[in-house]
Amino acid sequence: MAKKFLSGDEAFAEGVRLARPQVISAYPITPQTIVVERLSEMVENGSLKSEFIHVESEHSALSCAIGASAVGARAFTATSSQGLLYMAECLLYASGGRFPIVMMNANRSTALPWNIYGDQRDSISQLDSDWIQAYAENAQEGLDFALMSYYIAEHREVSTPFMVNLDGFVLTHTYETVDIPTQELADEYLPPYETDNRLDIENPKNLAFSAGPEHNYIFKYKEHRALLRAKKIIAEAEKHFAEIFGRKYTGLLETYQTEDAEYILITLGSIAGLCREIADFLRAKGKKIGVVRLRYLRPFPTEELVSAVKNAKAVGVLEKDISFGNEGTVFTNVNSALFQAGIGIPSYNFIGGLGGKNISHKDIEKIFDLIEKGAEHINFIEI
Amino acid sequence: MTVKDLAKDEFFYGHKACAGCGGSLAVRNALKVIGKNAFAVLPAGCMSAVGFNFPQLCFANNAIISTFAGTASMLTGIEAGLRAKGITDFTAVGFAGDGGTADIGIQALSGAIDRGDNILYICYDNEAYMNTGIQKSGLTPFGAKTTTTLAGKNIHGNIRPKKNMFEIAAAHNIAYAATATIGYMEDFLTKVKKASGLKGTKYIHVIAPCPTGWGISVSDTVEIAREIVDCGLWYLAEYENGEFILNHNPKQFTDVAEYLKKQGRFRHLNNDDVDLIIRSRDEKWDKIRNNWKFGKD
Repeated sequence: MAKKFLSGDEAFAEGVRLARPQVISAYPITPQTIVVERLSEMVENGSLKSEFIHVESEHSALSCAIGASAVGARAFTATSSQGLLYMAECLLYASGGRFPIVMMNANRSTALPWNIYGDQRDSISQLDSDWIQAYAENAQEGLDFALMSYYIAEHREVSTPFMVNLDGFVLTHTYETVDIPTQELADEYLPPYETDNRLDIENPKNLAFSAGPEHNYIFKYKEHRALLRAKKIIAEAEKHFAEIFGRKYTGLLETYQTEDAEYILITLGSIAGLCREIADFLRAKGKKIGVVRLRYLRPFPTEELVSAVKNAKAVGVLEKDISFGNEGTVFTNVNSALFQAGIGIPSYNFIGGLGGKNISHKDIEKIFDLIEKGAEHINFIEI
Repeated sequence: MTVKDLAKDEFFYGHKACAGCGGSLAVRNALKVIGKNAFAVLPAGCMSAVGFNFPQLCFANNAIISTFAGTASMLTGIEAGLRAKGITDFTAVGFAGDGGTADIGIQALSGAIDRGDNILYICYDNEAYMNTGIQKSGLTPFGAKTTTTLAGKNIHGNIRPKKNMFEIAAAHNIAYAATATIGYMEDFLTKVKKASGLKGTKYIHVIAPCPTGWGISVSDTVEIAREIVDCGLWYLAEYENGEFILNHNPKQFTDVAEYLKKQGRFRHLNNDDVDLIIRSRDEKWDKIRNNWKFGKD
């Protein structure tokens, strides 16, 4: 393994290189652009052998990746924000066709007003498109997701596309020291993509067909089952990953000091580190608090979440998202899991970081205080 | 390429296209020419709607529906994916309608031509959104009545001329572009054969009448597809090596009014409308005859 000082985008591109995608469809959008620039360099200097397609839009980026995946080629693309929304039709197309494409999304706010900074409204608006959705906390996890995502997506029991989310700028443009595995180990971890779900001259198929009411719901049910089965495959992928690379991950979510915690903050993405720091700070003052970081939103870590918070007195959900006219979507998902498990503790929603607004130490301290003392149903932390 | 050379193999059958469908004739015969190594991409539209109803799937070759806007981009992915896997003996061919080509799919098509992707794109043009029930597309001709360009007292059908997709494709300096009609099937199939043997992006624009949308008898599809060329409202041409070549130069045009009168969609046109159509035809032919090379007739 080699250690390098890389931005989140660059680290992710290294992970993609190690995964050996056969087709890359690339369209630039801030703050994703560096990923496709680095991949372009790798193709130019021969360190990555891949068909690099300069598509003319994000819609074509994913449509092209679907075409490549439909002939059994490993495909990669990356996007952000408006680009993700422009390709939204193709998201459902890729998952409905069970094409295990991997896409990096640099989480960024969506217009209007125009804004290039990070919040998570872009990817969270696409939660229902039947993609696996993972959220990295740092550049290393991003790189590792690039490898694990193909392992999970292409697994025969899953066969579902995978979106890896990195917070715009905070992760994509921040430099960290990153371990880059060798190609040899990466190849040991990730075998070439093999599938029967492909167009093949020896065995011609008609794919991406129509299915009327009689059959349609069966296909949809199968998609749902596959995404639930992904939970098991994610665990398998991480176990295998630890065996080969020595880095361990914790499945659908990561807990911090939750065992005896009375008050727990649930969040996702890069802000989790700061939340843990504040938890340490407050624990030193005698507060029994913990943090849950959701690593995956789909499949949703229902059982793991329930198990992590079941003894708490109250929970808060901090998210860079709002479903206008209702509440944060992560909060809705968390509440549903708690309700179904019969956990009736108070829960509060904290909306922050919209349009890239910084979430400060003080904000998080205040959030923990509010979870303990009681807050509004929905709290915009900067207002 | 003559009808005698046409393969007996069928690649597109058992579908539920309407009687007299020009589009299905274009797809069926083009696939006979391209053969079993065709990877066909069809966007939302008539041919995907009639051919891909699970579990009754009607293509004997590899075939896939793309998004409406994504015919060309999916072709690009298929071509790149197969090449990356070391497969070389195949033809990535798209069959998209006029709306799927000239309207919603034009961006992806332009991108593919710009990149010079090694694909064959066939636009089967029935001159309106027929699958959704006859709405105006960018390729609906002047004067045509559709359900969104009504023929009333104030407006006489579509008020805009047909977008010139052949020359738009050519303006990209494409490897090969051609116009055709199912009324001159041998010409069309010769062009399909030629295009499938060339490297780079190939675009063929084939007129494929729709009896329902055009208001003609189901037995008149081929005849009307011939007459559109004979009366000069369509032409058979190619673009290759940076040059336009006219394949067929009629000595005398047949009567445009006769061509229009046979179709329900034009029946409302008055003499002024018909004169306008004739004038625009003559202007186009002046340009063609003055600027394009003449091929073998």
